[in-house]
Amino acid sequence: SHAAIKIQPMRQFFSSGHTNNWAVLVCTSRFWFNYRHVANTLSVYRSVKRLGIPDSHIVLMLADDMACNHRNPKPATVFSHKNMELNVYGDDVEVDYRGYEVTVENFLRVLTGRLPPSTPRSKRLLSDDRSNILIYLTGHGGNGFLKFQDSEEISNVELADAFEQMWQKRRYNELLFIIDTCQGASMYERFYSPNLMALASSQVGEDSLSHQPDLAIGVHLMDRYTFYLLEFLEDIHPSSKANMNDLFKVCPKSQCVSTPGHRTDLFLRDPGSALITDFFGSVRKVEITMETINLTEPIHFVNEERQKETYSYVDQLPVSEIIHQKPKQKDWHPPDGFILGLWTLILLVFFKTYGMKHLKHIF
Amino acid sequence: MAAHRCSLSALLLIICSLLVFIVADSEKATLTGDHHATAVDNLQTVTETEEGAAAEEPAVEEERRWEETVVEEATADKEDTSAPETVVQSSVPQPKDDFQEELVIRPLHSGDIYASFQFRTLWETDFMRGNKVSHYRLFPKSLGQVISKFSVRELHISFTQGYWRTMQWGQPFLPSPPGAELWVWFQDSVTDVDGTWKELTNVLSGIFCASLNFIDSTNTVQPSASFKPLGIGNVTDHRFLRYATLPREIVCTENLTPWKKLLPCGSKAGLAVLLKSEKLFHSSFHSQAVHIRPVCQDWQCKTTSWELRQTLNVVFDLHTPGQGKLEWSLFKMFSRTLTEACPLASSSKIYIDITDDPQGEQFEVSPATHLLSQAMVLGDRRTFSVYDLTQQITFGTVRSLNLLIRWKSSEGDMLRPLLHAERYVAGYGLQTGEIHTLMYNNHPYRSFPVLLLDSVPWYLRLYIHTLTVTSKGKDNKPSYIHYQPSKDRVRPHLLEMLVQLPPNSVTEVTVQFERALLKWTEYTPDPNHGFYVGSSVISSLVPSIVAMDTNSTREQPLFSSFFPCKEESSYFMRVYTEPLLVNLPTPDFSMPYNVICLTCTVVAVGYGSLYNLLTRSFQIEEPSPGLAKRIANIIRKMRGVPPL
Repeated sequence: SHAAIKIQPMRQFFSSGHTNNWAVLVCTSRFWFNYRHVANTLSVYRSVKRLGIPDSHIVLMLADDMACNHRNPKPATVFSHKNMELNVYGDDVEVDYRGYEVTVENFLRVLTGRLPPSTPRSKRLLSDDRSNILIYLTGHGGNGFLKFQDSEEISNVELADAFEQMWQKRRYNELLFIIDTCQGASMYERFYSPNLMALASSQVGEDSLSHQPDLAIGVHLMDRYTFYLLEFLEDIHPSSKANMNDLFKVCPKSQCVSTPGHRTDLFLRDPGSALITDFFGSVRKVEITMETINLTEPIHFVNEERQKETYSYVDQLPVSEIIHQKPKQKDWHPPDGFILGLWTLILLVFFKTYGMKHLKHIF
Repeated sequence: MAAHRCSLSALLLIICSLLVFIVADSEKATLTGDHHATAVDNLQTVTETEEGAAAEEPAVEEERRWEETVVEEATADKEDTSAPETVVQSSVPQPKDDFQEELVIRPLHSGDIYASFQFRTLWETDFMRGNKVSHYRLFPKSLGQVISKFSVRELHISFTQGYWRTMQWGQPFLPSPPGAELWVWFQDSVTDVDGTWKELTNVLSGIFCASLNFIDSTNTVQPSASFKPLGIGNVTDHRFLRYATLPREIVCTENLTPWKKLLPCGSKAGLAVLLKSEKLFHSSFHSQAVHIRPVCQDWQCKTTSWELRQTLNVVFDLHTPGQGKLEWSLFKMFSRTLTEACPLASSSKIYIDITDDPQGEQFEVSPATHLLSQAMVLGDRRTFSVYDLTQQITFGTVRSLNLLIRWKSSEGDMLRPLLHAERYVAGYGLQTGEIHTLMYNNHPYRSFPVLLLDSVPWYLRLYIHTLTVTSKGKDNKPSYIHYQPSKDRVRPHLLEMLVQLPPNSVTEVTVQFERALLKWTEYTPDPNHGFYVGSSVISSLVPSIVAMDTNSTREQPLFSSFFPCKEESSYFMRVYTEPLLVNLPTPDFSMPYNVICLTCTVVAVGYGSLYNLLTRSFQIEEPSPGLAKRIANIIRKMRGVPPL
């Protein structure tokens, strides 16, 4: 009876439904003047790491390198506030996809899990049906599309289909989608999978504006929506009880100039009951088990008798050996189609010209 | 009394001769002593306590043997620390691992300062032969698993930002080309080398957060004579060697973070505390590398141990803002000072190169140290001041070490490096061009052979019949040429030549090429930046000024024991040229939009005009009457009377 009484409260402990948290943070712009998009992504990365999600559960994609860019007057830093107040790049950052690897194909493969078998773990989204995932996209966008690296686009239909694939493959429990681009609300118009909540920085027909330039660095440092989002998140700590309704109030029109929008009709719970830390922080829930597990025997090192052959270092530039090196024996391949075709043609022409009676001289 | 002295000196002589054997036997023969489990080392510990007393006698002998690396000291209080050492008998035979760290600081003649960190982990274990290694202590588990899974015999990977200027800075301890470079020797048990290579690059791209997955068959080559294994081995079949470079690869904090996590102490203790990215990347040259290879455990070389070396070379520029005075300190360079050595390290030392200034005229180092060391490195005997971080007295009363180097005068010329190379693209336009590689031999009377390795991507189509090698205006025929032509979109060109460089000359290698037109999907998102061609690698045996030490197991500082030395009169060196940046004929990617606009305008204007001409007909129209007339017409219509 002791055990029964104790187990009952545990069930309520798991009522929010998720056991692990993932984050996919993508910056899709290239070139130095798009510094602010990288700063946006890194500030969300920083907040998410601070609230507990480890690097192994974050897939960070940056399309260009701003920190060590030769135009950066302070290398290895990315600032989000002017006068270089806050370095969001930090000293402990792990970027999983960088440079030319940030493509639409790789992004969709990460979401749906269809990656080549040799992809390392840090580049995979290994979520399961009890994962809450935060997806953050920033860059240049338009009505119904988001531009990747100035050379390709992802449309809102593709994105909605990718989320539906994730739902069908049970790759998420709840998903929060935040996008900070121009006309961002168009990207979540087409969603149709359950348990999705979406936020955007501007409505269709509006542009998302950048916040403030820094005169020493020479570019705009952050976008307005993410700037106020970062300010909001700086007040959140891992045990905070702030919920999604507070997140919807971030950056009203007076501060953002554009009108942020959100979409909660596909979300099954009430947004007021969803905590910020459900998506931005990491929950490590423990399941108590009563079974015992047998550990295997430790491996004993057997000092086997090794052959007593003597090793030696190899000569780094053996000139005489190199000069007298025999050329590699090339494997013989049968002649390929082109050569065969060519010879057939030559023979045919020959026999056509001189007649078939010469054939017996060959065979 | 005399008899006592005689017997004492005879006893000391016997012990000294034993000492020579035993010092060569063990690789951990440091003066501070350490723990060993065998009886041989029992004897060594005993001899170490006597060593201090016998320091004068071997010193006299060793002075004459100029290839020795000797740590001399003026104070004799060191042997007190080794006296109370006890020998620990361990009952469970565990694979022994050992970690050493060192930092070498060399002031350069141009006023810059060169700092080279080396962290070495030695581990006596066998990754091959199916041994399942499960207990990792100092050796990082991620790399150990990579070695055993992919049957790697040697792995060398480096990430470099910047180009090493040989003429201004001399020779580096460990050269590396700009960008990322990876070369691997596989074991001969591997059946599909190309497939294993591809998987290995993907795994390494995850470990080091770099886009090494862009290494594929279009930039991998299989050199036939360069890049011989740096570790021990009997087999040198070049089928198991793969080499690739990514000249475009950026190095930033995201590559430094996982590199630091491979160290046993991380970045929390020891020399790795100095590795702060904001200072390291604000430099003229930054290179970090990982080298894994099997090495001999002892002079007999019957057993091997795995060596992991992590190196970081950085050159700080004198003229960075804020550096007005000619003064360098650890705090100015790294924004940190040292407080302790890594507790897991058996040796933790800082070496400052004072060869150019033995009397202290040019610069002054503080705090002063009495420890001196000489080492044969890069064909020259250099003198170093040594700071041993495992000794508490190094940190002084303030418990932190901040080395200060103050320049007094800025004179003196640098010795010209014996070998250096340049490379550039000549020609004009976007169709053809010429690659020129120049190799300078600055030795006054000796000539030496160099092996030039060139790997050119397939989109620069080389015309090998235009290859010329000239020295001093005359044709210089290479004694060995290996050329593998490229295949479009499959593999790059590989050109390897063994050229003898005549003394005091410039050798020029030229080859013409043609630029290919790529398919529109093959262009990068920023094609107008250009396309990179990887650095050429020049491997050579350069004659050395002093005789080199060929005994590879003698205790040497890490920076002088990287390249194995087989003969005394020359040393092995590798020089990398600059990477090239070529523009390929690039289409205008805004072209479709412009074409559509223009076509639509032309069609609209042309078709509209034509349609009007054909179908427009002219009619005469009465001007409309005034208001009064119109009302009158309406009334007249109602009356049935014809209008006005």
